[in-house]
Amino acid sequence: MNHSPNLLDEALGLTGRGFGGGALSQGRVVLVDDCVETSGAFVLHHLVKRALSPDSGGTVIFIALSHPFSHYDRILRKLGCNLSIHREHNRFHFVDMLKVEFPNEIQKNAVEHGLVDLYSKILKAVEVSSSGDYSRAHISTVIDDLSILEIVAHGSVDHVLDFLHYCITLTSEQDCSLVILNHEDIYPEMEAPRLLSHLIYLADFVIKAEPLVTGIAADVHGQLTVLKKGTFNDSQYTDKASNFHFQVKENGVELFFPGTRC
Amino acid sequence: MAESICRSLRDGSIEGEHSPALTIKDSLQSHAGTHAFNYFLCSLAANVCAGKSQARGLVIVAFSQSPSFYLSLLKRKGMDASLLAKCLLILDCYSDPLGWKEKIRQSSGPDKPAFKDSDYVCRDVKDITKLLSAILELGKGFTEGRAYFAVAIDSVSSMLKHASLPSIAGFISNLRSHAQVSSMLWLLHADLHEPRSTAVLEYMSSIVASVEPMVEITDGQKGSDNLFWLGRGLQKGRFHVRFKRRNGRVKLFNEEFHIEHTGITFSTPSSENIVVSQTLLPKLQFNLQLSEKERADRSRVLLPFEHQGNGEPIQIYDGRRSLTESNTDLNGLQKHALSVEMEAQRMQSKGEIHYIRDSDDEQPDSDEDPDDDLDI
Repeated sequence: MNHSPNLLDEALGLTGRGFGGGALSQGRVVLVDDCVETSGAFVLHHLVKRALSPDSGGTVIFIALSHPFSHYDRILRKLGCNLSIHREHNRFHFVDMLKVEFPNEIQKNAVEHGLVDLYSKILKAVEVSSSGDYSRAHISTVIDDLSILEIVAHGSVDHVLDFLHYCITLTSEQDCSLVILNHEDIYPEMEAPRLLSHLIYLADFVIKAEPLVTGIAADVHGQLTVLKKGTFNDSQYTDKASNFHFQVKENGVELFFPGTRC
Repeated sequence: MAESICRSLRDGSIEGEHSPALTIKDSLQSHAGTHAFNYFLCSLAANVCAGKSQARGLVIVAFSQSPSFYLSLLKRKGMDASLLAKCLLILDCYSDPLGWKEKIRQSSGPDKPAFKDSDYVCRDVKDITKLLSAILELGKGFTEGRAYFAVAIDSVSSMLKHASLPSIAGFISNLRSHAQVSSMLWLLHADLHEPRSTAVLEYMSSIVASVEPMVEITDGQKGSDNLFWLGRGLQKGRFHVRFKRRNGRVKLFNEEFHIEHTGITFSTPSSENIVVSQTLLPKLQFNLQLSEKERADRSRVLLPFEHQGNGEPIQIYDGRRSLTESNTDLNGLQKHALSVEMEAQRMQSKGEIHYIRDSDDEQPDSDEDPDDDLDI
């Protein structure tokens, strides 16, 4: 099990030392964009693991729309992180949204009501996390994945954006960050991808998972591009884009700059 | 140029005119618009606090950042907290724009404590009329008698998400024409809306400042390359300003901006940078530009008919008979041709070419196939 920070941690600024290191800093919004050829789910797993690591001692609110708990439990266990135990200790809040439906025909404004309900669940989890033993710990809200939420909302981009806005208000009020997984290639090319543009405006970090430009390789699974937008909050302004290759392994992910691995 | 924008926001409106309005426009290619907005907001707030401006107070309508963000931003810029409390009011459209939090609080029981909010919270941003009256109400808070106040909206894009374009256009024009509003500024993310929305908002503003990247990203650079370029384009770019005067005169200015630790700074573009951006753009294997010598050479080339401009009548043969010739009778053509021939013999040394058409039945530019009656 590898606890040393890798390139992704460095790019996201997770290399903080001491207590609190390992988690995203307050108010950060991370957007993970992936495509059919290359799944970006491993970035989510990595961030969940980092947030729950003993170094950071944070809590995670996981809004699952694509996979059940057992799926994440299995994967994270391989990575050396026991979600079931964290769940018992109220450090991992799993919001199961797999079978959720907002039937618009039966009730008017069903989508909005449904999203308000979901938000109230998040608020409750935040309340529990900030009142327990880890009252000063960082809270990461993870959405896996946003495109399904859009389907649930009957394709209403406005509702999804409203919901996201409320999630982002949490990040400015408390020590909270937001991680969103979304697919990039599901929007028609002719039409302006409005949701995607909105998300890029909202995000502080944009992580893009793509296949290699040169084609399929046996030991490189794809490339990650991380864009960090500068903010003046931390008294220094740095924005940069970095690009590296990755290989997803059973017990973690290996990241390296192109051409540096022999 | 940035200073003149600050000045015109500071000086405010003249009696009987609409107040000056600044649109700051950015796009995904260079989303430094927020920084530019904050720069002008800080400068306006400093002027208001120091009593230099026409406006005595500033109302910030906060959609995309929390009120505490603006307070800490202005304090970081060295403004006095007690002065800010007197001159600055923030309408919070950020914390609970749709009233969800209030709804959740009410449904979870009355004993729950209210969420920590700022003083002025708008819980229904879809109701533009209410929003307008809330802003005007806040504006009255500063004023004893009939003093002016300024309005800053961080981003109109968020408003457009919740309300229709006509209602927002009405909202802004109502604010601009209000007797007590001294100046306005707002931020717009241009690529989130249809071009017409952007155009409507640009029509209603006297100054449009657009933040553009140094190098435009073309469609060819897609995928991660695009993101890479995005990262490059953030720290500096072009700042394009369009001033509209009351008499309809339009002034255009180009500047460059850099984002540094201290904030955004504006500078006039140096010629070196222009050359860099020009040479950066087309990486072609051939040369599109001419050197000075090549340009001079080209101007010296004499084009075929150019010499005819020297006082002589210009004669360009267009396939038909020339004008002078058409005046003479067709039957006299043979005779005429003969005399031409004789003359040609006389002036052999001149070396002229004369063309006599075979028959007049034939159209000069006939498309007819001469061999179409051929039987093969």
